[in-house]
Amino acid sequence: MTIEVRGLTKRFGTFHALDDVSLDVPGGGLIALLGPSGSGKTTLLRILAGLERPDRGSARLDGIDLASQSARQRNVGLVFQHYALFRHLDVYENIAFALRVRKRPAAEVDARVRELLTLIQLESLGRRLPAQLSGGQRQRVALARALAARPRVLLLDEPFGALDAQVRAELRGWLRRLHDEIHLTTVFVTHDQDEAFEVADRVVVMNKGKIEQIGAPAEVFEAPANDFVMRFLGHVNVLEAELGAGEAKIAENITVAIGEHNGAVRGRVYVRPHEVDVARAQAAGAFPARVVRVTPLSGGLKIELSVPGLEARLRADLDWERGTALALREGDDVFLSLRRARVFARDGHGALT
Amino acid sequence: MKGNPALAATQEPAWIRRLIIGISVGFVGLFVLVPLLAVFGEALRNGLAAYAHALVDPAALAAIKLTFFTAAISVPLNLVFGVAASWAIARFRFPGRSVLITLIDLPLAVSPVIAGMVFVLLFGKHGLVGPWLAGHGVQVIFALPGIVLATTFVTFPFVARELIPLMEAQGHEEEEAAIVLGASGWQTFVKVTLPKIKWGLMYGVVLCTARAMGEFGAVSVVSGHIRGRTNTLPLHVEILYNEYEYQAAFAVASLLVVLALASLIARRLIARRVETT
Repeated sequence: MTIEVRGLTKRFGTFHALDDVSLDVPGGGLIALLGPSGSGKTTLLRILAGLERPDRGSARLDGIDLASQSARQRNVGLVFQHYALFRHLDVYENIAFALRVRKRPAAEVDARVRELLTLIQLESLGRRLPAQLSGGQRQRVALARALAARPRVLLLDEPFGALDAQVRAELRGWLRRLHDEIHLTTVFVTHDQDEAFEVADRVVVMNKGKIEQIGAPAEVFEAPANDFVMRFLGHVNVLEAELGAGEAKIAENITVAIGEHNGAVRGRVYVRPHEVDVARAQAAGAFPARVVRVTPLSGGLKIELSVPGLEARLRADLDWERGTALALREGDDVFLSLRRARVFARDGHGALT
Repeated sequence: MKGNPALAATQEPAWIRRLIIGISVGFVGLFVLVPLLAVFGEALRNGLAAYAHALVDPAALAAIKLTFFTAAISVPLNLVFGVAASWAIARFRFPGRSVLITLIDLPLAVSPVIAGMVFVLLFGKHGLVGPWLAGHGVQVIFALPGIVLATTFVTFPFVARELIPLMEAQGHEEEEAAIVLGASGWQTFVKVTLPKIKWGLMYGVVLCTARAMGEFGAVSVVSGHIRGRTNTLPLHVEILYNEYEYQAAFAVASLLVVLALASLIARRLIARRVETT
């Protein structure tokens, strides 16, 4: 099933939830709508599910306009952030719901529910009520319920948002494996970039009702289209700079090498924390800084640094090996060099391009 | 206090606790329990035979029948209205929504006598629509329709007031899930919404029924007190009392007390379910 979205626009009062959004999802693909809250990703999902009506624009499923079908006719699977399980029905009846309202024969319902219970690894909990399950189990039941009537597409609205970090990581991997098995066209809404990158083939970065960038996870991360995407995808050091040919001046005596730009004189330089090198000794192109704070991270150390002549503090991430070798303490004087810097120059109106 | 030392720091001294508990228990005993016992004492003063005689008196039987009949019409009407009103208020934003919320409480705010008078004003002999209805052979005031109208008016807040906060707290997601899963509007209501509000609904119905059977003021104005025809149980009690038939009056009153106690017990049982679901 392919999804084709063309010029979708939706307003709530004066708030533009979606502003002329177009998007293609290939059949069998798994895409993530990634953006902060209020970016319109959930509204887009709800329009696809038929729970909201767009003001303008169209959405087609395999070429058929969705506007001609009500929510109940569309046969899409929708998984809510807070599960929305039927609290008075047990796990078995929750999963059976879509088949029961379609008046399927009991034998068929039973076979399908058992199949799904096996798929979500909850075979023995069919008679439990939702209140008796853990968050991760509830979300798996919600997923099985959405899959029961063999939907044409699967829509997931922040499905792991309400779960703790460990369960979330586990379910992400599980969802990806599941998708590789059943190849159902899937749209996945999240505000967590790690989640989007880990699960999806393609990531759609949204902001203020518009799409900022579409691409494979590596593409979007390596070549952000603009200032918003750059800043939204993980921590980045942002430095106001004067631009010259091949270099940018970020402070009185600090310049960094940059690629081509539009020839403007002002712009912003972006450096990811793992692209900042920290050394005890002065080297060519390095500039002095002082360690303000050292925090252990899961994969290494986070170093906060103050740089003479720069207002903002810089952040550098070091792996364990490098971090241990340097043995940095607060107050240490070090030298920094920037391995890679991206730049967005300002146009005549001061906007970043 | 010898018990839990952690509690001692936050609890009042023993004499204050005893005083407060004593005041509450004493007050309830004096103003609730003693009168309650007095009703049964007076009802049974002349023995069980006299008690039974008062209840099987044709006028008393007619009053019992009328009371149940009235409740049997008013309560279902308010059930439908209450579900519709709370659905509208909890689910939709529409002009006049806050006016509707306020007006639902009106019967609780106005004196029941006024409620009765309003219906006399509308449907009475010199009322707004009364003469027209009378011309078509429909009598409302001093007849069953008036009693049902007045009772329905007085009791209509109970179901809606119980359901509105419940439905607002439960949200709309389960219904949305049901629709996306392919359920029709009716299937969604029966399979999802109704089970969710079931206990709240029953709680409201119990309150509504208790009030419908016990209502005096509004019904008194519209009924006309025609013995054996337009007397409900509370009105019958009043007539007997005015005729110095104390023992009979209290016998009939004890029936109302039993109904009230039964509904209190039902309330307790249901309230527990409302809390746990």
